[in-house]
Amino acid sequence: MKKSLLPWLGHLPFLAPVLMLSLFGVAMIYSAGVLNIPSPVTQGLWLRQSIVLGGSIVILFAVSRVPVRWFDWTAMPVYIVAVGVLAATLVIGTGAGTAEGVRSFLAIPGFRFQPAEAAKLATVLVVARLLARRDSPPQYLRDLLVPGLLVGLPLVLVLGQPDIGTAMAFVGIFFAVIYWAGTPWPLIVFAASPGVALILSFNTIAWSIGFILVLVGLYLYRYRLYLVESLSVVVANLAAGALAQPLWNSLHDYQRNRLLVFLDPELDPRGDGWHLIQSKVAVGSGGILGKGFTEGTQKRLDFLPEQHTDFIFSVVGEELGFVGTSLTLLLFGYLFFKMIQMAEESQNLFAGLFVFGIMGVWLTHVVVNIGMTVGVVPITGIPLPFISYGGSFLLTSWLAAAIVVAMASDKS
Amino acid sequence: MKGYDQQRQKALAKRARVVVFALLGLLVAAFFRAQVSRSSDWLLRSESNRLRSLTLPAPRGIIRDRTGRPMADNIPGYSVSILPAQVDSMLATLNRLREHMEIGEERFQRLEEQVRARGTRPLIVSMDASFDEVAAMEERRTAFPQLLIETRPKRRYPAGRVGAHIVGSVGEINEEELSSEEYEGVEPGRIVGRSGLEAQYDALLQGTPGLRYVEVDASGRIVGSFGGIRTLTEEPGSDIDLNVDLELMEWIHHIFPDSLGGSVVVLDVETGGVLALYSAPAYDPNVFAGVVDPAEWARLERDPVTPLYHRAVMGTYPPGSPWKLATAAIALETGAITPTERMPVPCTGSFRYGNRVARCWDEEGHGSLTLAGAIQHSCNVFFYQAGLEVGLEQLLERANRMGFGDRCGIDLPNQATGTFPADVSFWEERFGARATEGEVLNLAIGQGPNDQSPLKMAQFVVALARDGSAPSPTLYRSAPAEEAWRLEISEESLDAIREGLRRVMGPGGTAHLSSLEHFEVLGKTGTAQSVPGRETHAWFTGMAGRFGEAPDIVVVALVEYGGSGSTVAAPLATKTADYFLRGEYGIPRDTIQTLLEYYNAGRSTQPWVIREGR
Repeated sequence: MKKSLLPWLGHLPFLAPVLMLSLFGVAMIYSAGVLNIPSPVTQGLWLRQSIVLGGSIVILFAVSRVPVRWFDWTAMPVYIVAVGVLAATLVIGTGAGTAEGVRSFLAIPGFRFQPAEAAKLATVLVVARLLARRDSPPQYLRDLLVPGLLVGLPLVLVLGQPDIGTAMAFVGIFFAVIYWAGTPWPLIVFAASPGVALILSFNTIAWSIGFILVLVGLYLYRYRLYLVESLSVVVANLAAGALAQPLWNSLHDYQRNRLLVFLDPELDPRGDGWHLIQSKVAVGSGGILGKGFTEGTQKRLDFLPEQHTDFIFSVVGEELGFVGTSLTLLLFGYLFFKMIQMAEESQNLFAGLFVFGIMGVWLTHVVVNIGMTVGVVPITGIPLPFISYGGSFLLTSWLAAAIVVAMASDKS
Repeated sequence: MKGYDQQRQKALAKRARVVVFALLGLLVAAFFRAQVSRSSDWLLRSESNRLRSLTLPAPRGIIRDRTGRPMADNIPGYSVSILPAQVDSMLATLNRLREHMEIGEERFQRLEEQVRARGTRPLIVSMDASFDEVAAMEERRTAFPQLLIETRPKRRYPAGRVGAHIVGSVGEINEEELSSEEYEGVEPGRIVGRSGLEAQYDALLQGTPGLRYVEVDASGRIVGSFGGIRTLTEEPGSDIDLNVDLELMEWIHHIFPDSLGGSVVVLDVETGGVLALYSAPAYDPNVFAGVVDPAEWARLERDPVTPLYHRAVMGTYPPGSPWKLATAAIALETGAITPTERMPVPCTGSFRYGNRVARCWDEEGHGSLTLAGAIQHSCNVFFYQAGLEVGLEQLLERANRMGFGDRCGIDLPNQATGTFPADVSFWEERFGARATEGEVLNLAIGQGPNDQSPLKMAQFVVALARDGSAPSPTLYRSAPAEEAWRLEISEESLDAIREGLRRVMGPGGTAHLSSLEHFEVLGKTGTAQSVPGRETHAWFTGMAGRFGEAPDIVVVALVEYGGSGSTVAAPLATKTADYFLRGEYGIPRDTIQTLLEYYNAGRSTQPWVIREGR
């Protein structure tokens, strides 16, 4: 098969929303810098984001032409390096392993490079590669053990930073990839059950009902499971219930407060509920048409927290209204449908798994990030793909898009 | 590649699309709810987030004297407030403010309480910051983001000490008043009248504050236009024009013995309007224009000469001889005496009543006198008998009807009630013994349980100068002039009293040397006992006008512990009258006014009487 010189040309339906979202992001970052009391820090960020975007497009041209097998070969080494860097971050960054510690480690001045972003990409690659080598879809829970460990290792490392938002992205990777690998849904449910139990365990009755449902499920599915696996699921659910309290205690105060104020923002309206309330006020006051580009008062007057990164969508909501938010979500929806289609039409499983896995990461980011601005998801520091300010995130997102194009172009 | 299965991928993709659609659809629904269904709630919230309402203080009305000279007006002052924010941050700002401006420990603690109690309103730190303090804070604007420095009208009292007691003072509304019904809806920091006319006419002077909104950012600092959006324009208070003649007050201040306390009251005979209401010593009211400084207030309160005390209306003194005029009026009213009647017992220097011998001030005795002569000589014996003729019970009743036991009804919030027995039961209550008819002897000559304010005495003399009716004295020109009471007395009787007063000023009269070249003064001196061991109080009560015409003004002078009424109080009163009347009738003013001064200056060797015909 003749290889196209410009593989991305054939994938314009996929790249167009990516580019549109990125340009929209630059515009919103510009707006986020328009404050009544101008801050020199946030004012020029849109320009830096534009430069990174330019670089990202160049990378796209280059990477989209790389043969798929190169990714196949490099997946594992890249994964090992990424996890190593993540681990080093924990050790080197004194205490919690902050991003500042990482920056000095990588010594890229002016950039807040987050190794977790690269780790996500590497994890998708390595898990996709692993599952693509199987003869058949996973049939047993033990088939999910190795992929689970591959995802779990970086997940635990970012959780140790601690960064709940990024950890959730890894959860997204895991389920997206095992789903596309054809894992039967009961298995997915069993795999998810300890995590669900962990959340439910804040209420004993809720956890008990969940546990009974798991037992019923195990009974109905008993012919497809080894006894050890069934026992593992039971033990894991029990453990989740038992570990919830110590785990809760191990959280930082601010993390616990964030979860609590998610349930009731008025609990601490001047403290931790502040972000959520102010974001909801911004979004809600935007109405249908919004207050106009750069005109958001909540934003202008500095009521919005982290308005150019995690809460950029609140600015969208305030300034462009429901029209802006729903159109943005529509664009994301179109992008995800396009990616599902690319995975569906891919001629090899590795490519399909990768494309679908990346879609899973982005979907997790979109749901968690946008959800928290209207208070349907707890606040976790997680950026919005293509729109939030952040060089390494934009770069890795475009890198992922480039690999998606490369993979989808491969018809072997 | 292994594991590739197109059929399965189709099915997976289909389900994946449902999941993506459901998740994003959920988000769209959440945004629809927030931005479309409940948008108005959030919009309101975002407005209250960014807007802070501030009151625009209305300038108080100006208080002017009869010629239009301001006695109280407004100048721009600076107030320093902290915009509402989190309690902690407000407290921190308050703490840092202490480095740049003086905040007393007491006030600081009160401010701290206010922050904790009411976090949603601007906290007024100072109503009257100095220019230096404001300049220092403006320089450090960024360190005090929530600071609100406003110019606000500040009270100024151009009349200074002279007008201090009349005008009174203002102060910041206190916590107690804020929670009272009278001041419902009034914001903290409102300036209200505390005493004097400022308090009396507070409702008129107050005005209506305006309202404006300023935009603030998350840390509470004002952004955009500092002036904000004015939604309600403030309305200045009404101006008040007084009957008072400030120039006259200043003249009184100039001639009043500066080491002594006392009062000079000048009333307009025709209207009862107060032309002068002077009280010495006085204080400078400008120290209370902003927030009252507790230390300064305490100093004034502790001052042994009691400068805060408005002697003209609050001070009560034994009236002494001038009260004999009241005895005369009552005796004439009741018909106990007639204007031409002589008393049965001529004055021999003393008067025997029962087993008591009551003395006249002149041991030589005055002989047999008519009313006019008795007034001229201030003969005690005549008035002892007049009082006995009236009788104790009737004297008390009539005197009370004339308001000697009451307030005289001037338009000031604080005025003394005269001390006078309401009826005979007074002695039983006070001394546990029935009143004897002999008590009337003391009362008839202005002694005994009788203390009157200079203003009350002046109001009484107004009745004598008119047709017997006494209007309430008024400071505010537009205040309704109400007749407080009226003497049931004939014009003939009044003439007889006035004749006596005229003789006091004539040759041989006690105040002859205080008579004036251009004006006729009718008056009565008084030398009233004060506390044992101290000088007597000097009184002069009189009326003055052009020769041969009805009197224009009533003048009362009281000098505490001043000694003799004829040498201290009389010249003070007549010089006051001369100054005013010369102004009224266009006669050039002269520093040499009384007969004595003419003699001393060698301008005259003849008493005025000769000139009476001019």
